[in-house]
Amino acid sequence: MTLPLPDLAAEFAACLHTAVPPAASPPENPSANGARTGAGAAPANSGAIREVEFSAKGFHLDVTVGIDGVVSAAEFLDRKGFALDAITGVDWIGEQEMEVVYDFFHPAAPWRVVARTRIPRATPVVSSIAKVFPGANWHEREAHDFFGIVFSGHPQLEPLLLPEDATYHPLKKDFQP
Amino acid sequence: MFTLNLGPQHPATHGVLRVKMTMDGEYIRRAEPVPGYIHRMHEKMGENRTWAQYLPNTSRVDYLSAMHYTHAYVGVVERALGLKPPPRAEYIRVITSELNRISSHLVWLGAFLLDLGGFTPLLYAFDDREKILDLLEGITGARLTYCYYRFGGLCNDVDDTFVRGAQEFVAYMRPRLSMYQTLVTDNIILQKRLVGIGLITSEQCRKYGATGPVIRGSGVAYDVRRVEPYSVYPELDFDIPVFPEGDSMARYRVRMEEMAQSLRIIEQALARLPDGPVMAANVPRVLKLPAGDYCYAVEAARGRFMVRIVSDGGEVPYRVKLRTPSFSNLSLFEETSRGLLLPDAIALLGSLDLVIPDVDR
Repeated sequence: MTLPLPDLAAEFAACLHTAVPPAASPPENPSANGARTGAGAAPANSGAIREVEFSAKGFHLDVTVGIDGVVSAAEFLDRKGFALDAITGVDWIGEQEMEVVYDFFHPAAPWRVVARTRIPRATPVVSSIAKVFPGANWHEREAHDFFGIVFSGHPQLEPLLLPEDATYHPLKKDFQP
Repeated sequence: MFTLNLGPQHPATHGVLRVKMTMDGEYIRRAEPVPGYIHRMHEKMGENRTWAQYLPNTSRVDYLSAMHYTHAYVGVVERALGLKPPPRAEYIRVITSELNRISSHLVWLGAFLLDLGGFTPLLYAFDDREKILDLLEGITGARLTYCYYRFGGLCNDVDDTFVRGAQEFVAYMRPRLSMYQTLVTDNIILQKRLVGIGLITSEQCRKYGATGPVIRGSGVAYDVRRVEPYSVYPELDFDIPVFPEGDSMARYRVRMEEMAQSLRIIEQALARLPDGPVMAANVPRVLKLPAGDYCYAVEAARGRFMVRIVSDGGEVPYRVKLRTPSFSNLSLFEETSRGLLLPDAIALLGSLDLVIPDVDR
């Protein structure tokens, strides 16, 4: 039942290779506007799979996919029996990018996988994985509430935790209450 | 066909959850949970205070399971700093966490049976729970929102009164569990309300990320204490109760068995409790976490609680994400309640053991 981690990583890489062209453009320089931008803390889109030390990070595989690779990554992890842990965003305002982070755990094996992608902050659109994991429905609605990320193909992208008429996204770094 | 609103102020929803139900007579066509009534934006609060100042927030997310939540948060900060608490602190963390698990399950037991129309068990369960709250109040100063764990250890050591009290509690609680078995679990009315009703498959749990007693009541032995071992759990001997039926009764039985296992853990940890300091020596006064993201998960009373933090190297978190079990466990309610009778859906909702502030955060 349990697939060794290097095999999992290799299969994942093979699966993504067909779907993901490696992202080439390096992130722009962070703007120095005085706001906390988190510059330097974020890994860029590189189409890479890294094995990381669990005791230091809290997960085993760190996978960066292109914007188009999100659904195929979710489908691969679904085939391997992973369960959806959470979906969330990180606002990298200095680089004018929005990071979408997908956490997965395995109900029968000790693996933790993180998949992440970067989307432009001005047009934060990424495909929904609610068809693969129905549980993503709520997590994506929450990420839309908090960050304004638009999950295309989502069946019901309405506010979940915020009021139904909310037009603001409180976890954006430039949010003014 | 008509629409029925359950909540947001309704005794059966345990807090302010609203469920919008489309009914066909007594049968549910669609039951859509509408959360958010006590959303407090704890994740945003994390971005305007230091790592240490955020600690009390974590105990207020699931107020019945506060030890586990603070455990995950101090755990993730310790992971980022490479800090290791001394053994005595780890053992006391396990003892207090397991006491908290029992007190949380006792609230569930009383409230769940109240949902099903049995009032008396609530009084018994709260009586037992009171003993735990008194014990924990003695060492932490709080009855629910504990802030006892600190980065690198604990805020203070336990005394003999606590150790003796915990030993006495283990001896007291075992016969009480047998009594619950005879009086409640074997009760024919309870069996008729729960057996074969509110089915959740292991595949649904996986697709929705449901964890804790919900996934273990669907036949999957998933417990964070086993798969992502933390603290000194690997050194202690305990079983993971699993029931394959997937009905409300299976989830009921998992929690009842879990209380017995928690007593086993507490007993062993008390017997092995080492001497020594309860705080690591090298904890910096001003905390700056190395840039990057870190995760830490614990088995809370309701399932997998995971904290994901992002640091930019500063004294203040760049991002804190709280992945709470009630959120995922509730998200499968719409699918699993379809076609149920209304009273059976109430039993299903109760068997998920929801804490609404844990959904809304």
